[in-house]
Amino acid sequence: MKHGRYPFILSFLALPVGLYAWLVILPFAQAFQISLTDWSGSSNSFEYIGFDNYVNLFKDERLVLPALRHTGIILVVLPVVTIALGLFFAFMLNLGGRVRRGRIEGVRGARFHKIVYFFPQVLSVAIIGILWKQVYAPENFGGLITGALTAVGLPAPVNGFLADTRFVLAAVIGVLVWSAVGFYLVFFSSAMASIPRDLYEAAVIDGAGRGPMFFRITLPLLWDSVQTAWIYLSIVALDVFVLIYMMTPERGGPDAASEVVGGVIWKYAFNHGEQAFASALGVVLFFAALSLAVVSLRFGRRERIEF
Amino acid sequence: MATDTAPEAAPATDETAPARARQQAPKPEGNVLNVFSQGFLWLWALMVIIPVAWIVLSSFKTTREIASNPLALPEAMHWANYVNAWTNGNIGGYFLNTVQVMVFSVAGTMLLGAMAAYVLARYEFPGNRVIYFGFAAGMMFPVFLALFPLFKTLQNVSLLNTYTGLVIVYIAYSLPFTVFFLTAFFRTLPTGVAEAAVVDGAGHYRLFFQVMLPMAKPGLIAITIFNVIGQWNQFLLPLVLLGRNPEDAMISQGLANLALRQGYEGDSGALFAGTVLAMIPIFIAYILFQRQIQAGLTAGAIK
Repeated sequence: MKHGRYPFILSFLALPVGLYAWLVILPFAQAFQISLTDWSGSSNSFEYIGFDNYVNLFKDERLVLPALRHTGIILVVLPVVTIALGLFFAFMLNLGGRVRRGRIEGVRGARFHKIVYFFPQVLSVAIIGILWKQVYAPENFGGLITGALTAVGLPAPVNGFLADTRFVLAAVIGVLVWSAVGFYLVFFSSAMASIPRDLYEAAVIDGAGRGPMFFRITLPLLWDSVQTAWIYLSIVALDVFVLIYMMTPERGGPDAASEVVGGVIWKYAFNHGEQAFASALGVVLFFAALSLAVVSLRFGRRERIEF
Repeated sequence: MATDTAPEAAPATDETAPARARQQAPKPEGNVLNVFSQGFLWLWALMVIIPVAWIVLSSFKTTREIASNPLALPEAMHWANYVNAWTNGNIGGYFLNTVQVMVFSVAGTMLLGAMAAYVLARYEFPGNRVIYFGFAAGMMFPVFLALFPLFKTLQNVSLLNTYTGLVIVYIAYSLPFTVFFLTAFFRTLPTGVAEAAVVDGAGHYRLFFQVMLPMAKPGLIAITIFNVIGQWNQFLLPLVLLGRNPEDAMISQGLANLALRQGYEGDSGALFAGTVLAMIPIFIAYILFQRQIQAGLTAGAIK
């Protein structure tokens, strides 16, 4: 089998590696290079200006600074809320049922719940955007929430939730959580299924309630999964843009109240013709993602419990 | 469950009830919790069902009804919305465009991804680790950063606004995850079968196509599902790379265009009908394959 080994390896790797290098690695490398110039993107002339773009990023109070703030908020809220809900629902599905003859049961209809919860995960962002834009719409456009609030006599924002600087970011985060929870429910649920049942049955005999069971048995054994979920959701949070593009006024408004880093990169690159500035912001985003992954892998690590 | 409740309820009126309750201490707590957990689970289930069902209902209303009576049922089934979405909104056309691209992009992703992953998993050679980590690192790249250089790259080779260009870009951007996942999968396959095939005189190529690929079927199915859903839902890449001819758009793009037009023309009935039309094939595929889809998508997260 030694014979023809290297020609074989080469023939199998050439195309995938070549395509990947040409269309993924090279454009990213070029983006790093562009970020050190003053290139507009349309002309052919540019000069290297060092790190000026990076310095100017943090002086842009109109778009970049609000975007960094909002992306920061999403980065904290989205993983915390999604993981909490995912764990809670997964625990309920697997262990929220009755105790019968010393055995804890899952709730009835667990399969049905999983199917329903997971469904938003397979819908495209375009569909989710259209759906929720109408749910949040002002009353005179037939919004669901404003209509329901008015129907029971509660006040509702006159222009709907998305055209109101107070609600728009929370509304978008709500949609992000809505579409992500099902995925993490299924994810945590399959991790929980691998925890031996006798651990819980021993806890029942010792008279432990569900709260201690969750915090003393489930959570420690699921720590690896929680950590993975955290990294995934952080990357999702940093990449949030399409939903904002689809749903919000001025694609980040009103008054930059839902501006995020991805959206600002988009605006500078494709609307304002400031390619170099946009690339610098993209590079910042890249390093943010990278350091987040490294940090959570480093500090999230705990002693692994074998079971 | 119904058969169990009767005998359990009976002793409650008994003299010995308190004693029994103490004896089975976890039981009442379990019952309260059961109601509590069912309540919360149903609350979220309704939060998923209601907006989707509401849009389906709204797609049968006239635009005037949608604005004035959002919470009411449609007065009559207004099928004209669907006719509008199909003919003026071109949903059927976008659908075919997307299928046309994805037949090639998914097949290409799987073939190239499996080839690279197989070599990386089962052959030792200098540079193996570098290539492997090179692919894995691609999962961290924010796609925004590459959009503009990518646009220029395709422009230089005249592949901008072509399906060929989009297909190769889809393949390139799906490779990191596909290679990462399949490498792990190929490593878990038993070596015994491969060795037996080699003894029988199989070469490297026959070993891959006739022995290893069939053995890797579960992994290939999972990651195919992952890629189908991922590429079907792509939004940014076609928006940038396929911007010129609106009628060539992918389905997500086409829906976004419809949403934009609806903003001017105010025909929200047709927009919702278009959204429902785009949802139907996904819904059917989801119900049929939900087990595989859930396994395929979450398998990706378990490393």
